[in-house]
Amino acid sequence: MSCMFKNMNPKLKSNMITYGMVIVVFVIVQAMVSLGMLSSLVQGLLVPLCVYVILALSLNLTVGILGELSLGHAGFMCVGAFSSAFFSNVMRDVIPVSMVRFILAILVGAAAAAICGFLIGIPVLRLKGDYLAIVTLAFGEIIKNIINTVFLGRDVNGFHFSIKDVASLKMDGATGKVIINGPQGITGTPKDSVFWIGIVIILITLFIILNLIDSRDGRAIMAIRDNRIAAESIGINITKYKLMAFTISASLAGVAGVLYAHNLSTLTALPKNFGYNMSIMILVFVVLGGIGNMRGSIIAAVILTLLPELLRGLADYRMLIYAIVLIIMMLFNWSPKALEWRERNLSKLPFGKKKSAKEEA
Amino acid sequence: MAMLEVKNLGISFGGLKAVNAVDMQIEKGDLYGLIGPNGAGKTTFFNLITGVYTPTEGIVKLDGQDITGKKTIDINRAGIARTFQNIRLFKDLSVIDNVKVGLHNNHPYSTIEGILRLPRFRKVEKEIEAKALELLEVFDLQNEANVLAANLPYGKQRKLEIARALATDPKLILLDEPAAGMNPNETIELMETIRFVRDKFDMTILLIEHDMKLVAGICEKLTVLNFGEVLAQGETSEVLNNPEVITAYLGE
Repeated sequence: MSCMFKNMNPKLKSNMITYGMVIVVFVIVQAMVSLGMLSSLVQGLLVPLCVYVILALSLNLTVGILGELSLGHAGFMCVGAFSSAFFSNVMRDVIPVSMVRFILAILVGAAAAAICGFLIGIPVLRLKGDYLAIVTLAFGEIIKNIINTVFLGRDVNGFHFSIKDVASLKMDGATGKVIINGPQGITGTPKDSVFWIGIVIILITLFIILNLIDSRDGRAIMAIRDNRIAAESIGINITKYKLMAFTISASLAGVAGVLYAHNLSTLTALPKNFGYNMSIMILVFVVLGGIGNMRGSIIAAVILTLLPELLRGLADYRMLIYAIVLIIMMLFNWSPKALEWRERNLSKLPFGKKKSAKEEA
Repeated sequence: MAMLEVKNLGISFGGLKAVNAVDMQIEKGDLYGLIGPNGAGKTTFFNLITGVYTPTEGIVKLDGQDITGKKTIDINRAGIARTFQNIRLFKDLSVIDNVKVGLHNNHPYSTIEGILRLPRFRKVEKEIEAKALELLEVFDLQNEANVLAANLPYGKQRKLEIARALATDPKLILLDEPAAGMNPNETIELMETIRFVRDKFDMTILLIEHDMKLVAGICEKLTVLNFGEVLAQGETSEVLNNPEVITAYLGE
């Protein structure tokens, strides 16, 4: 086994460690749940944790691999959440098997977010740096506000749509049912998200991103990130690959939204869950985990989500500790001295040579 | 038929004619030099041929095909690859990945095949790997294949840029000051490499250079630009002895 490990190419080995890490955590958590060692508070956090990990991975594709700053990831998540919750509500009676319905809901959420990503990407990817960040930030806010104005119901005559209120839907009294109720959102979404499905989706997300990076398309995307003019001079289609990366990233954020929506009985588009604070938080996961480093994103998302909850008992001190952990993680990931120390000491571990954040990408 | 045929090529930026009425004819297999004082329009001329700028007048033909005003990526696909005066490598990619990006268009598979690791992905990736290593060996870079491009010494970065350009399988390669910043030994080595590339790949090469030793050593023909216009053109030895050229370079 260890011999096989040594002969693997370093990229593949690094990827295997990442997959392995997710699976090991899953097994440990499952064991703890069945032994009753986890409080209901932590158990309730398991699905949101998966959501944040997927979001961090998907944003890392945009920030680390494509090299563009997007602050609208919560917007894509929002699109995925609402489109899939709508789908599940409508299809509840048509497809009674929850597994089939949920898989379809995931595809619907991914497709809806991908379409948004594609449409936003066409004009936006012509912009660079700060401008791109501003436009994507605005997109996230606009999506949230649009969804808050939508009223959508269904009766025997079909769908009714309004942007005013429920009364103006003019539905048939006996069979009418409101599906999207403006600012009150969608209620009664089936609770199909469970921890193991979340883990499976994380693994699929990792599989898509890691394999994309280590392929012809991934090399082209990273080439554009490193030097656009040179990439163009050797015949790389800049627009195509930028759009591809952005669309894939958006659709994965959409999938995170699906998971999020099916974990709540009431889904509303609040600044708290889909606002720019959320987008910034995802960016914090990515930056602290190491830009372009997928494994780091996972670890950062888990630690930074769990920490405030676990420190709840310390009351006012928890934000202090949270801040200190942020600073330590930043130092550990980015300071040249710390990187050097890691290189020297962690190379002696059985897993072989650890590389700095940049190289691992 | 000429490999590169340029007729009456020009571009104006506002009132300034950066390149004006330039004619040039490069035959297949030529090692052709483009020289001139600073600001003579040499790099602008390269940018016109490779589609970075759109010419305001004139025609560029590659191997008989009109490529005037086409986009950079289409011109690369038509068969022109280039290097840059200030090195432009993909610095966070490994040396071999830099070359692999160059092989991108000629070794295709779909995104789905790539993500799902289907058989065609494995087959094509194997081809790409072998081809990239072969190119690295030409430039004696095979031992640094997995080093980040940014960590290569300067001279090797220049070579890697040429290797990457060659990876696109061009008919004509444009080198923009390949010897800039090199010491005399490195320059001599580079001269040999350029000559070797021409012979091994049966390549046509057009290069901009300031180093007269390199120009006199390897270029068979020269064009001298001054203030955007052709000052002299022809066999290297004739051009370098042309009194006008000497004046332009050394002053009266």
